[in-house]
Amino acid sequence: MLLKIEDLHVEIDGKEIIRGLNLEVNAGETHAIMGPNGTGKSTLALAIAGKEGYEVTRGKILYEGKEIREMAPEERARLGIFLGFQYPVEIPGVSITNFMRTALNEIREFRNEDPLSASEFLARMEEKKQLVDIHSKLAKRSVNEGFSGGEKKRNEIFQMAMLEPKLSVLDETDSGLDIDALKVVANGVNSLKTSENAFVVITHYQRLLDYIVPDVVHVLYDGRIAMSGGKELALELENKGYDWIKKEVE
Amino acid sequence: MEEDKNKIIDEVTQSEYKYGFVTDIDMETAPKGLTEDTIRYISAKKNEPEFVLEARLEAFRHWLTLEEPDWAHVNYPPIDYQDIIYYAAPKTKPELESLDEVDPELLETFNKLGISLEEQKRLTGVAVDAVMDSVSVKTTFSETLEKYGIIFCAFSEAVQNHPELVKQYMGSVVPYSDNYFAALNSAVFSDGSFCYIPKGVRCPVELSTYFRINAANTGQFERTLIIADEGSYVSYMEGCTAPMRDENQLHAAIVEIIAHDNAEVKYSTVQNWYPGDKDGKGGIYNFVTKRGLCKGTNSKISWTQVETGSAVTWKYPSCILLGDNSVGEFYSVAVTNNHQQADTGSKMIHIGKNTKSTIISKGISAGYSQNSYRGLVRIMKNAKNARNFSQCDSLLLGDKCGAHTFPYIQTENQSSIVEHEATTSKISEDQMFYCNQRGIDTESAIGLIVNGYAKEVLNKLPMEFAVEAQKLLSISLEGSVG
Repeated sequence: MLLKIEDLHVEIDGKEIIRGLNLEVNAGETHAIMGPNGTGKSTLALAIAGKEGYEVTRGKILYEGKEIREMAPEERARLGIFLGFQYPVEIPGVSITNFMRTALNEIREFRNEDPLSASEFLARMEEKKQLVDIHSKLAKRSVNEGFSGGEKKRNEIFQMAMLEPKLSVLDETDSGLDIDALKVVANGVNSLKTSENAFVVITHYQRLLDYIVPDVVHVLYDGRIAMSGGKELALELENKGYDWIKKEVE
Repeated sequence: MEEDKNKIIDEVTQSEYKYGFVTDIDMETAPKGLTEDTIRYISAKKNEPEFVLEARLEAFRHWLTLEEPDWAHVNYPPIDYQDIIYYAAPKTKPELESLDEVDPELLETFNKLGISLEEQKRLTGVAVDAVMDSVSVKTTFSETLEKYGIIFCAFSEAVQNHPELVKQYMGSVVPYSDNYFAALNSAVFSDGSFCYIPKGVRCPVELSTYFRINAANTGQFERTLIIADEGSYVSYMEGCTAPMRDENQLHAAIVEIIAHDNAEVKYSTVQNWYPGDKDGKGGIYNFVTKRGLCKGTNSKISWTQVETGSAVTWKYPSCILLGDNSVGEFYSVAVTNNHQQADTGSKMIHIGKNTKSTIISKGISAGYSQNSYRGLVRIMKNAKNARNFSQCDSLLLGDKCGAHTFPYIQTENQSSIVEHEATTSKISEDQMFYCNQRGIDTESAIGLIVNGYAKEVLNKLPMEFAVEAQKLLSISLEGSVG
């Protein structure tokens, strides 16, 4: 089992947002997590990534059988966890190329692998750029600086492609995207799916799930998973709205 | 190039000042203290012509009438000028024809500093003048340069072999009366570099001087003079390190540059004097007067500096834009960490017509340090169509350090345009987390972000220096995470 979350409770500034969440993700699977605003979708993503301020007060987060609650975010990243940010931040002056090279080589060093040579790295960049339709010019720019929403999201997928993580958590990767950009992003994700990795796609709208077809759909409500089902669940949710879930839970 | 950049960023940085070692070598020193006798001693040791000794004495007498200035935004305990040795030189020497004659300890020192005095340096095309304490040890590439008529030698050598040039230009940009430390330097200057580029010559190699303070309790007072004759070009680099010692050491240098019609001089510095330990003990006082005179029409002088060392830095590389259409530039990254203090910036004096100046200053403060930018843009009455653009940015790492800005703008001409921008920023938690989430640890992330922040300035450095500078930035911020 790649990811096993047991009775997770997460607090931010003393306020409990996640209240007893359970989740199991196996390699090769794609899970979708849906739910109304404020129920804790992003909190879950950031808790898995290890952001400071997201305090796990109870429960376990087991990644490949290891408890990662106490690990620093860079440690979790090096073990193969990737977070596609909902609001990717800008880092002026740091080129994407430089950024990716640094990240990649730190991860490789952790795995006792040799760093990629300049040509190997560039070849890889080329390959992945094609995947997400990123032009050469974009790669020379500073990370996310002056990027449109769509460009930022594509850049997240590009980085995911470069780093080849085992567990990717995509936090509202579709927000702010038009249908074309959505297709490009979805295409990127789909081409990266293997039997060894897994995806947790957090989204508001069913639309993305037409393109990134999930194996399991979970509905997050009131800090825990209220309902799980197959991909049809997403459609049902779309038709009936979140009030339906509320009723089901109560 | 990218490969080196990243290799450097990835390397685990040391917390030790890497250049802190001491070279065990036979030294010859003047007795401590400063009197007219000390000056005569120095002059005699160097076998100087009468005019130089006279100039020194004149400066010294003037210095005695002056009071040490204290207006800078820095604090340091009073300097006892009588408790300093004003001359120290390696015992072996003078005329060295080949590297075999150089004391192996010296060669080793420079090797450790990454400065190769071997002729294989030829491949990278850098001519090096190595100065240890007060004495220039070796200047490489002299024959190649001779072919072009370029003079690049130790200042003391220039005094002997080219006295007319020295007499004509020395003190023409920074007279001894300019300020307290200029007067001191003019009295006791030890050595430094002299460079003359003849008319129409584009110097084919980077010229480089490497300053190293070794002897304890000495002050270092270099004097550098660069003259670019009409239509010439030279790019000059200066690197500086010093051993770790508990006592503070004074470094009061003067650099004068004169650019004639259509000439261009690029002067780059990577300064890494010992900055003192984590508690602020020891370290170099770096009080320097650097000034360029754009004498001729269409002349250009650019200063690029990366200052990461020194306990206290006090310097304003400046340009006097006398010639019409002349251009002055100043690009600086000044890092202060632990208890370092810096009060640095530039002065651009516009005198001729259609002159242009650019000031880009990036300050980075960490630890308990204080980093101040002080700049003067002065447009004189007849400086028609003068243009200036100044940008001073401060990056604060942590909440115990300080960044300060003291910009002065004085214009006396209505057709001038002066622009000034300033920003103050921190590395946000979100930026840090973003890097962490990609597997980059916090130390590396800081190095990455700081280098990105300073990129605009680092790009102005000659490649050889740019690589060293980036490494230096990361190292100087070691332990600043907080």
